[in-house]
Order: sequence, then structure tokens, then C-alpha cells
Amino acid sequence: MADPRVIVLGAGPAGVRAAQTLVAAGLRPVVIDEAPRAGGQIYRRPPPGFTRSAAALYGTEAGRATAVHEAFDALKAQVDYHPETLAWAIWDGVVHAAKGATALEFPYDALLLATGATDRLMPVPGWDQAGAWSLGAAQIALKAQGCGIGRRVVFAGSGPLLYLVAAQYVKAGAEVAAVLDTAPKSAQIRALPGLMARPAVLAKGLVLRAKLLRAGVPVHQGVTLTRITGSGEADGISWRDARGAEHHIAAEAVALGWHLRPETQLADLAGCALRLDPETRLWLPEIDPDGRSSVPRVYLAGDGARLLGADGAEAAGRLAALAALQDMGRPVSAAEQARLRREIARMDRFRRGLVTAFPWPAAQAAALPDETMICRCEAITAGEIRAAVTGKGAKEINRAKALSRLGMGRCQGRFCGVAGAELIAAAAGCGLDEVGRIRGQAPVKPLPVAATPEGAA
Amino acid sequence: MIRTDVLVVGGGIMGAATAFFLRRRGISVALVERALIGQQASGVNFGNVRRQGRFLGQLPLAHRSRALWGRLPELVGEDCEFTVTGHVRIARDAAGVQRLTDYAEAARPLGLELELLTPNMLRSRFPFFGPEVTIGSYSPHDGQANPRLVAPAFGRAAARAGAQVFEGTEIVSLTHGSTGFEAETADGQRLSAPVAVVTAGGWADRLSAALGEPVPLELHAPQMAVTEPLPHRITPVIGISTEIQEEGLYIRQVERGNVVFGGGRRGAIVDGRAKAVPSNLLLQLRELQRFLPGTRHARIIRTWAGVESYLPDHLPVIGPSARVPGLHYAFGFCGHGFQLGPGVGDVLAEIIDTGRTDVPLEPFSIARFAAPMP
Repeated sequence: MADPRVIVLGAGPAGVRAAQTLVAAGLRPVVIDEAPRAGGQIYRRPPPGFTRSAAALYGTEAGRATAVHEAFDALKAQVDYHPETLAWAIWDGVVHAAKGATALEFPYDALLLATGATDRLMPVPGWDQAGAWSLGAAQIALKAQGCGIGRRVVFAGSGPLLYLVAAQYVKAGAEVAAVLDTAPKSAQIRALPGLMARPAVLAKGLVLRAKLLRAGVPVHQGVTLTRITGSGEADGISWRDARGAEHHIAAEAVALGWHLRPETQLADLAGCALRLDPETRLWLPEIDPDGRSSVPRVYLAGDGARLLGADGAEAAGRLAALAALQDMGRPVSAAEQARLRREIARMDRFRRGLVTAFPWPAAQAAALPDETMICRCEAITAGEIRAAVTGKGAKEINRAKALSRLGMGRCQGRFCGVAGAELIAAAAGCGLDEVGRIRGQAPVKPLPVAATPEGAA
Repeated sequence: MIRTDVLVVGGGIMGAATAFFLRRRGISVALVERALIGQQASGVNFGNVRRQGRFLGQLPLAHRSRALWGRLPELVGEDCEFTVTGHVRIARDAAGVQRLTDYAEAARPLGLELELLTPNMLRSRFPFFGPEVTIGSYSPHDGQANPRLVAPAFGRAAARAGAQVFEGTEIVSLTHGSTGFEAETADGQRLSAPVAVVTAGGWADRLSAALGEPVPLELHAPQMAVTEPLPHRITPVIGISTEIQEEGLYIRQVERGNVVFGGGRRGAIVDGRAKAVPSNLLLQLRELQRFLPGTRHARIIRTWAGVESYLPDHLPVIGPSARVPGLHYAFGFCGHGFQLGPGVGDVLAEIIDTGRTDVPLEPFSIARFAAPMP
């Protein structure tokens, strides 16, 4: 019998470790990745010809980043690697992909989705102006292109990335005008027991804070963001402090983000069940401790399934690959599985600590003024979404989408859907479970009209 | 027990429009929909408001409906993005030229004026077509609308006018007795009415069979896709007339710029839900570039499919039951029901109210599927 066809989608920490595990078991997996080089978002590599060192690019994580890169580089001859390739649909046991305008089909016996995460965004009035970025984008500009989003920048939102990117900008020589954290200090103190699950990571976080303080960066906690100011181009941000006093900070650019949201569209298209996680208020794929989804032969690992960070993704990638191997009847080390499960359990305690420390400000969606742009692709405002709910009875998000165009544009709701759901829930007076989530529809990202099957051109 | 003059089962565009026009005649009505109004075929179809190309015997009904489309703001309070953009049917071979020419001649006496365009005329008026296109048939007063908005707008207008609208309510039995119709819902409600209208689309055959009139209804899922917004260049709705399934696309560009298209191979139906099939999209893209070369640098942002019901002669069932007094049908529109929706609602309301209509419905009678007498 021919070797089973195993596909790994995504070549970040989870995908790389999954591929490595499969290769070690004697398989030759297909690895499909959108990026030109493996590493994922967190360990994204600059284009060829850029010469900054790993230490400069990844700071304290340089060792891990290099290890992931080297692990994948060593695998290249043993995997069927497709970089710069978009997996745009999954249907009937086949991954449909496109490399440029060449359409490719990859039938699979087992599919391991390591699709990662993107910024979780809460709209702020004025965020649809030039100069308003996501934290992830601000970091990518720095990491991949060696440039900043502005000379004087405000970082706002909440989550570990907020402090990390701010510190990276300080190091890069930008003026960080302020860090505005919507989470109150009390939440972070409350989260300490959970965060103690990974004392070294916690310590790194505290070092980041110290660096910001040393650099004289004002850090404000428990703030409410009221408006990104400017007339078409952002020129600053207005915010309210924990005591209700109004402030404004001038800046060339503002970066926003509230931790991450998993990229679940491909899991959805593969038929995997998703469930609302009440702690994070995110719809997450249902997985068993090893990463088995609700669909046989489909496995999930990394931030696309559970937001455990890069180290957690490496462990989850290995564990999901072992689950796939085990389900194919291949021998796997029970001790290794047990070790990885323990590691992930510890990281999950830390993850929950982060959820407590940096809560998603769900209530802010309800408070957004009607004229706030929510869906930037289709230019749909909070008021238009509320009108679909209260005037047209759309309490379910796909209905609200049909009647208002929320989430119908290029991003397919990947960036506006989370906040849109909060807005609908608030307007309808119901829970997020009733609002539901935007159903995945292919293509998960824009597909060229010129896409032509290989050999058919 | 909820008692009304009329019970409408199925809240697609047919049912919602029927309920609306019944209320305008002062007739009390309950409209019962299993899911949400206009969520199935009525909401996810292509949005074509065209008359040309239809079965000729359907033109009187299509004309009546077209007049109502132009009055949507007055009738339901919003235009549902209905715009009179014209509809151009194109073909690329001799058989197609013959087909469009014959149709234009036959449609003229029935009140549909079509302008036949030679290749040069076509290219000067619609420069976006590819070189293979050799004929166009232009229908200036046809157009397009946003399908997601229309049936819900009729449903809300019906409710405002006094219809009792039940969403998320599944009828589990519909029976006819001496006092008229009785329906029971999955959540235990009972409804009764002397008149019933079955407008349940792909689910209507179960009800018609239970009332003694089985029909060979089949479900298919036309598949559609949309590009990112592009500069607005394509005004008319386009239909490709061909004998080859893969070529048979229909295309329109909405004012905000997205090019919407459908046709070709159909999608799949999985657990009652329509799904777009990726390989079908690639075939559609091949044809789209062939007929509209200017789209080749654009990108597709979404695909979808919807469950539609088909009958073997490609005509719907519209009008009174052949067996049960007080029972009316409108279903099985074979993928071309959207334009007819307002007209069907108006005509059914007229028949229920007055017992007659001038619009010929004989070709659509359910009697054509009755088993021959033994």
C-alpha cells in the first residue's frame, strides 16, 4: 500500500514540528504555506537579501526561531513543500490551493491544520483611517521589512503582543508615545496564579515592562479608547483613563490589538465543529487533548486551535502529528505523547492566565457610536448593523450579514466578525452563542480569477 | 388554535409576497416559515429580474411581476436595490444566433421588445465582451435586485400590514377536512384556515404528496461567486445562451463594483445544505475570462450555492390544486423564480380573493403530474 498522503497546512511553529514528526516516522508530508519562507508569523523571516541577525529580529526568542527555521530547512528534501501557496478551499478530501494563478489540488488521507492566528480587533472610532494598524501588522513591518509604521507611535489594546511590539519599536529607535492597555491593573494581578505556570515567560513579560519604563514610555492601564483622531490620516488618539479623565496623544500612527483570534476558516470548510469558548468569547474548533478535530483524519494544532503561543504551538504540532500517526496505525511513543500533553496542559494554565490578565473588552462594542465603521471592507457602520438587528430582526450573524453586508468583503469577516458579533449580541440582548459565527465560505482569502488548474493553461 | 382566512406554508419570496398581497386585499393570513424569511433559494439566488429567455407562456406573468418590481418602494417601503439595468443575452455560434433571433421574433407579439445586436453594435455598446461573442439580444427594461433583501422586505411589509408571520416554525402536518386545512407545527402550535398556499420550494413536494398530488421534484444547487469590487463598467445583466452547461454563466456587476456570476456546473447538497464545489468555480472562472476578458486581473472573494427545486419540464407549479378545493401552490421554479415572485404573490392573492385571474396559468398546473386515470 502506498504511504498515506498527509498534508500540513501552515509552516509556522506548529506546522514545522508536525512535519518534522511525520518525516521522523518515515512519511513524506505535503507542506503548504502562504509565506515565501517557513517560520509562520511569529518567526517570520525577512525576504532574501535582508541581513539583520536572528538576535536583532527575534530578541529573546532568537534561539527558538532559529531552531524552527533550521528544523524546517533540514526537512526540505523530505517534504513536498509548497511555499507562497494559498489553501483556499477544502472539499471532499481535497485541499484546493493556488500558487499565483496556478490552481493545485492535494487529495489527503490525513490533514493537519496549523493555520495560526491574526489580531483580534475591537473597532475604535476613526480606526478606518490611514495610519491605524493592527499590532501584528506593526510587528510584521518591523520584522519582515525593517521599517516602522511611523516615527511616533501609540500602541493600544491589550495582550502580551501590546507590550512586546511597543518594546520592539523602542529598540528599533521609534518614539513610542504611549502604551494604552484597556485591561485594568487589577486583572493582571488577579491573573498572576495562572501566569505562574510559566514563570520564565512571565519574567520576560515583566522585563518588557521594565524596558518600556526605562525608556520613559508612558504606560496606562484600564483605559477606554474613544477615537483615533485625524481627517483621513491618523494624527493621534483620544482616550479616557480609569478615573474618567479625557486625554489625547498625538502620533503619526496607532497600532491596535487585543491578543489574537484563531484562523478557523479552513477548519470550518473541512467540516470541523466549532464551539463558543465562554472565557475568550471566541469560536474555537473542538479538539481532543491531542488535536483531533470532530472530523476523522483532520487534526488541528497551534494558535489556529488554541492560543498557546509559539512554544505551545510547537508542542501541539508534534502531538497532533503523533495523533495522526497513531490513527494510521503507526507506532508512536506513549511517553512522548504524555510529556507533550503535560507541557500543553501547563501552557494552557498560562493561556488562561493571559485571558484573565488581558480581557477582551466586550462591552466596548455595545458602546461604539453608530457612525463607527465596523466592516472596513464593505464600509458598514455600527448603526447599520444595529438597524439590521433592531429594524429587520437579524439576531443571527449570518442573517445580519445578509441584510447589512457585514463581513461580505475581502476579509470575509475575519477582522470585523468578532466585534460584529459582540455588537449584534448587545443590540439583540442575547448571547454570543445565539448570534453564532460567520460561516466559512471559500475562498478563505481572495483567489485570482485567472486561477487555472495546473496543466490546463 | 390560530385561525386565519389563508395559511401560507413557506416563507420564501413566493410565500412572503402572497401573504403581503393577501393583506392588501384585507384577507387575514398566517405565514409559516421553517427557518427565516427568504433564507433559502429566495435569498441566495443570483438576483436576476429578467423576462427575456423565459418560456413564452410565462411572459404575461413575468410582465405583471415586472410592473410590481418598479413599485417596490411604494409597496414594501424599500427598493431592495432593484435597478433597471437592461439584460443582454449573448451567444457565440450559429445555433445561438438562430436561437436568439427566433426568440426575439416570438416574444414581440407577447409584449417583450428585444433588440438584436450585431457583433459590431454589440462591441460598440458593450465593449467588455470577448471576441467570440457574435450576437446580443438586449432587453432594456429588465434588471437586477439584491436577493437577500427582497423576500425579507415582503415578509416585514406583510407583518406590518397585519399578517401573522411565524419564523423558525416547521409545519409537521397539513391536512384537509370538512372545515378546511389544519396544520400542526413542530412546537405543537395548531393553525387552521379554509384556504392554504404551499410555497415551500424544495420542501413543497412532501406537502403536495400528503395532499394527494405527488410531483417529481428534484433539488439542485446553482453555484455562484463574486469578485472584489472593480470599476463599474458592466451595466446590464448578462446571460450566455448555450447548449454547453459549463458555458452557461449569468453575470452582473453591482453598482458598488463587485461582479457576481453563477451557472455552469451545479454545487452539491450535503445534509440539506447547498455547498459550492471548488472545481466548479475553476470552470466558471475559465468561462468568465473567456466572455469577459477584463475580469482576469480581479480576484474572487466568496462563493455560495442555494437549494433550488426543479421539475422535469423546467416549469414551476403555480395555481390551484387539481384535487383539493382551497389549496394553491407556487413552487418548483427551476432556478428562475426570483423575477416572478411579486407577480406570483399578486396573482395568487387575486385568485384567492376573486376566484379568477387574467394571467394564464394552465401550463403551470399541478394537474400535469397527475397519474393517468386507471
